[in-house]
Amino acid sequence: MSTATTDAPAQPPAEPPDDGSGGGGGGGGEGSGRGAAFGAALWSRLRALANALLLPALALFTALVIGALVMIFTDPNTLNQWSSFFADPVGALKASWDLVSDAYGALFHYSLGTPEFFGRTLTEATPLALGGLSVALAFRAGLFNIGAAGQLVIGATCAGYVGFAFDLPAPIHLPLAVLAGFAGGAAWGSIAGVLKARTGAHEVITTIMLNYISYRVLDYALRSQRFRPPGRADLISRPVHDSARLPIIDVGDVRFHAGLFLAIAAAVAVWWLLERSTVGFRMRTVGANPFAARYAGMSVGAMYILAMVLAGGLAGLMGTVNITGRPSFTLTSGYYAFLGFDAIAVALLGRANPAGVLGAAFLFGVLRAGSTGMQANTDTPVDIIVVIQALIILFVAAPALVRQIYRIKAGRATGQSFTTNWGL
Amino acid sequence: MATTLTPPSPAAEPEEPPAPEVRTGLSDARRVGIGVFVLLLGVVSIVSFGLGSASGLDSRLVLSRAADAVQVPDIVLPARVTGLVLGAAILFLGAALLAGLVRHRVYLVLGIALGLFAVALLTWAARGADTSVIGLLDGTLFRATPLAFGALAGLLCERSGVINIAIEGMLLTSAFVSALTASASGNIFVGLVAGMASGAILGLFLGALSIRYRVDQIIGGTVINIFALGLTSYLGARVLSTYPDLNNPGSFRAFGIPGLERLPVLGELLFRNTIYVYLMFILVFGLWWALFRTRWGLRVRSVGEHPRAADTVGINVLRTRYRSVMLGGVVAGLGGTWFTLEATGEFNENMTAGKGYIALAALIFGRWHPVGALIAALVFGFTEELQTRLAVLNTPIPSDFLLMTPYVVTIIVVAGLVGRSRPPAADGQPYPPD
Repeated sequence: MSTATTDAPAQPPAEPPDDGSGGGGGGGGEGSGRGAAFGAALWSRLRALANALLLPALALFTALVIGALVMIFTDPNTLNQWSSFFADPVGALKASWDLVSDAYGALFHYSLGTPEFFGRTLTEATPLALGGLSVALAFRAGLFNIGAAGQLVIGATCAGYVGFAFDLPAPIHLPLAVLAGFAGGAAWGSIAGVLKARTGAHEVITTIMLNYISYRVLDYALRSQRFRPPGRADLISRPVHDSARLPIIDVGDVRFHAGLFLAIAAAVAVWWLLERSTVGFRMRTVGANPFAARYAGMSVGAMYILAMVLAGGLAGLMGTVNITGRPSFTLTSGYYAFLGFDAIAVALLGRANPAGVLGAAFLFGVLRAGSTGMQANTDTPVDIIVVIQALIILFVAAPALVRQIYRIKAGRATGQSFTTNWGL
Repeated sequence: MATTLTPPSPAAEPEEPPAPEVRTGLSDARRVGIGVFVLLLGVVSIVSFGLGSASGLDSRLVLSRAADAVQVPDIVLPARVTGLVLGAAILFLGAALLAGLVRHRVYLVLGIALGLFAVALLTWAARGADTSVIGLLDGTLFRATPLAFGALAGLLCERSGVINIAIEGMLLTSAFVSALTASASGNIFVGLVAGMASGAILGLFLGALSIRYRVDQIIGGTVINIFALGLTSYLGARVLSTYPDLNNPGSFRAFGIPGLERLPVLGELLFRNTIYVYLMFILVFGLWWALFRTRWGLRVRSVGEHPRAADTVGINVLRTRYRSVMLGGVVAGLGGTWFTLEATGEFNENMTAGKGYIALAALIFGRWHPVGALIAALVFGFTEELQTRLAVLNTPIPSDFLLMTPYVVTIIVVAGLVGRSRPPAADGQPYPPD
């Protein structure tokens, strides 16, 4: 009990309600009894876990249902069937069912159906986990990091540059590239942190603007001789050398790159930082109530800066595992920036808690890995995934809405505050 | 006789956190910081624009078009001398700030310095060539229009206490809806109205999320933005590319105000436009009047500043907020139709490209005031237009850096280098509080 444990003054509102002792640490089982008492404690832990999972599961389910409706009502053939609904109601329903089951069937087949596809899902989930951790960490400090996209781009640019500009043995080259990616993202994230700490500029606006600026920085870099491969005029970089690529790991037929271990290690590190370290306690206190934190003598500004540096670094790692792990190994204009927005959804679905983020990243990996197969085989545009993701965030962010749909009794207070308002 | 009256005291609001700043002029540190910044601008003007231009090159600033009834003579400026003179003037302003000669109107001085800098930049960029000042101002007005609508939409929401970060999503959705409906009906006004309606629906949605379901308002707005982007991209890929006829709404034409359009310089600029520019001016002054001169405006503002007090005197806080947010949605929807029915004549994926966020910055820069928001929108519009002009004029500045300018300026503005502004006191707080 030397450092602050999770139960006492912590449990800040920055941690969403309802998840009790969900996935993270916790002060359960205070050594009271054995046998029946232990069973009861286990039972209550399980119940808490089930409660914590209930709302995200319902959110996912509802999002898939509404996504299905969107598909049905934008498909010309199915709409034709519906226009003759009274003549042939079964036909309309059957056409809708076929459309949706084909699309979702393909979505899940191409992500989980075979070991090969499963490996691809893990590969897709890896950057999302790192990005989700970035947004989650910022959330816990009371900051809304919409800038993961820009930090990803800058991180990938730095890591990519180290990856193709130098010739080094692999044991040095790869770590150096990873370090460069982290540093680039951290530096980009720190801009928003410093602005927030020094001038009070709201991080939502500054990070969005920094996103747009980062795309231009990458374009500028791609136009330069240092990045451009000989004989190419379009915006593309040279490929990262073999020595800076993440090793491929084969377990059975499941192939994925070593970035997965980096993501898991990062999740453990973030968990330790937030739940077990003094700095993390300060960070969460600032996130819960900056006035109280200042009153208690903590430096609010320093925590904002530190949180944005770490969040930026994690988002930079997201770019790094992408450029050093995703085949083609080249930077292109606007390099995978959309993953930065998926990261927000991952963090919200994971309830800003590292274990939850890993689970949410896996789920979004399924959606992302399956969506290309779905588009190729069923003509459903991949953009439906963005719609489903937005719906998931919506329902996760508005637990009261889900409760109302499913007539679940309210637990505790529904109002939750992740972020600070303009004036602070 | 004042004995019965309690003096107004700041302690009247015990549950509000204490305001971190007291409004008594500027701190010396900030004034000195601005002074150094102005000095830098002056140095850049002298070194780059003055000494950087070969002597003997003239810049011709064109003030009227060939077709105008009244011709105003062009202004011809020697590039090198102009850069040096303007640079010296900016240096003088910076020195005055640093020496403390100016203490009260610091931002005015900064504004003048930035204006002089812009003229110096333009003269330098146009050295040995013509540049149309009317074209520049016209482009400024054109680019400012969607920003002004977005900022006014945000103003309506935030004055009532609901943060609207969903302006971007409202603009994008309305751009899509107006393209679709105007093409399908063949009537451009149907697109205009449908776009406004779509904005109102999103406004209702934002209102429900933040007022009824008490979602964190910034997250609720972000959800709407992501949702709008996903849905319009999906429908664009699914519907508009399958049926290109549905993405051909046509666009509004400019029309002149009889009489006024014949004024030299100003007539062409202000009184010969599309419906959007006129609506923008009507809306700015209408909203100013409505918010600050009517009972309705007083209610909206009181709900945004101190909802409990408003509730106590019988104002329905939640209903007022719902109405304001929906009205804001209508204004944002109007702005969204600008992208398809005025700017391009078709819908493209993610065509708003962050304009909604820049509008939000314009709202903050404009200090939550309609006229301020318009001025801020014009400043941002000018930055964007200047950027495109410089790109055409083939300056040695890389085009990627020019493209960054609107975003960099937004950060500078929000970071308060140009003044810290104060939001409505209850902005972003659900009512009743937890």
